Amino acid sequence: MGERLFVIGNEAIGWGALEAGCEAYIGYPITPQNETTEWFAAEFPKRGKVFIQSQSEVGSINILFGAVATGYRAMTSTSGPGWGLMQEGMSHLTNGEMPCVISLVQRGGPGAGTTRHGQMDYLSAAWGGGNGGYKNIVLTPASVQETYDFVQLAFYLADKYRNPVIVMTDGLLGQMAEPLELRTFDFGPLPKKDWAVRGRVNQPDGVRRAVSAMQGLMPTPPHPPYIAFLELLKVLDEKYERMKEAEVRYETYLTKDADLIIVAYGYTARVSKESLKVARKKGHKVGMIRLQAVWPFPYQIMGDMASKGCRFLVVEDSLGQLVEDVRIGVQGKTEVHLLGALARHDPSDGGMILPDSVLNEIYRLMQ
Amino acid sequence: MKKELVVGLPKLWVHHLGERLECPGCQYPVITRIIYDVIDELGIEGQTILICSAACGFGIILTTPMDAVGPNHGMGIDVATGVKRLRPDCFVVSFGGDGDIAAIGAGAFVNAAQRAEKYTLIMVNNGHFAMTGGQLAPTTLMGQVTTTTPEGRGPSMGYPARMPEMIATVQGTAYSARGAANTPANYMKTRKYVKRAFQKQLDDVGFSFVEFLSACPTGWHMTPRQSIQWIEEKMIPALPLGEFKNVDSLE
Repeated sequence: MGERLFVIGNEAIGWGALEAGCEAYIGYPITPQNETTEWFAAEFPKRGKVFIQSQSEVGSINILFGAVATGYRAMTSTSGPGWGLMQEGMSHLTNGEMPCVISLVQRGGPGAGTTRHGQMDYLSAAWGGGNGGYKNIVLTPASVQETYDFVQLAFYLADKYRNPVIVMTDGLLGQMAEPLELRTFDFGPLPKKDWAVRGRVNQPDGVRRAVSAMQGLMPTPPHPPYIAFLELLKVLDEKYERMKEAEVRYETYLTKDADLIIVAYGYTARVSKESLKVARKKGHKVGMIRLQAVWPFPYQIMGDMASKGCRFLVVEDSLGQLVEDVRIGVQGKTEVHLLGALARHDPSDGGMILPDSVLNEIYRLMQ
Repeated sequence: MKKELVVGLPKLWVHHLGERLECPGCQYPVITRIIYDVIDELGIEGQTILICSAACGFGIILTTPMDAVGPNHGMGIDVATGVKRLRPDCFVVSFGGDGDIAAIGAGAFVNAAQRAEKYTLIMVNNGHFAMTGGQLAPTTLMGQVTTTTPEGRGPSMGYPARMPEMIATVQGTAYSARGAANTPANYMKTRKYVKRAFQKQLDDVGFSFVEFLSACPTGWHMTPRQSIQWIEEKMIPALPLGEFKNVDSLE
């Protein structure tokens, strides 16, 4: 068993990145993820790694582009409005096929909204908030340990597909302290980063490399060799299809005999599980699908369960974003209900969707 | 007597001459040639990574024999920061236009200097957004007609940005200069500025910056000769040539 720590989710991001061999972190202050930036500021320079506090999130995401263009592992983290500023960069990182990790600690919106928790950036992360339509794997941990594990997985997946990977938590998971076991994973072999810029004399074959965020518009031989826009689209499409095939991640809980399936991720999944246990004790056949990744989305299992006649209850701390994907999955075959941010227990920004609210909704639907 | 190359193309250049994309009379190839020439002279071609963000200068990424990164418009400054921080052993030159650096990248520009990022930034100033068809840029001269200042730039559209003067006031800046190539004498001076800027990076002093006044006959609706005259008569009086900062230590 590895060393055990008692840390908050935002610090677990740092420990995960360190374990994954991340060499650089770029960040800009924004609540509720400042502990991540501060962790890297304290831990990276003394290990000879790069820490940069940028001038904005636009700066962070573009410095990240340059950092990963050299082939090293690097990441940034942000929340709410900062995530908005990064969208152009996300689109260009995807165009340039730059493997990198972005930690998104969700808060409430729109606008400044709240500096505390929320699950209101689902659509911009899972569906792509920048221009042009693109896909990134979005991992959604629900504990401090899983945050740590998923940051490592994210670095692996980014390198595997040469595509940005988002680790999406929320203000509650970020600020919450839990025991953390430091552990390593063997995810398997990865392709060599023979496309990276490092100075021509440092290239093993002595041939220069070029990476670009303008693939499709400007041909950049010889790495990669796309010469037309459609070639780029084909390469990206093929990559997205491979991800959809291999990277769907979810956990089922008591779904076998369930009449009602709760779908949730992050903190609302933790909350819902508490309610589900109580409802089960009262004899209600409730199950849960906890999403560990919201892109690629497990449409298949939603469709299968809908065909069996299960009804769905989506619990998410927003006005309804995840629920749209669930509706696509069930294809109108069954009812899909939403318990959203309006069910928060308190009107201030400290309000949460608590187990009581979820339980009452379960009772209402099971009547 | 020390021999200096005054004619002929840099070694890095010749194989790629046929592939260049610039309009006739454009001076992007002139500043590219100066950069290549100095890189040749310093013998650092193999260690160099060129950053060319989206603007007329992007063509370099297609033709250069050196490692290169092509970021989005305005982002060459931040991308160069990332590259240089991860590869401090490499020589990093970021290359952009005046819209790129004085407009959309201005925040990155100031902050890269504030953080004393140790790479060289070259701003090719042709006084407007050339690639998108000739709109107003922060550097556009008073009275200059662009597609978004059809009556000429007036005070309601502000005043020309003086980037080297501005960045010279920042402590993290080691070198700042403005050059042109409207005459052979200015060409040679600009070459010296570029070399000094490169030397600051090699000596790990701080941020180094050179602005280059570049003719754009297509965008200015002039002949190449008229463009050179415009630089002499209009641009240089408003944007004087010279060095604005040259220090060996930032303290």
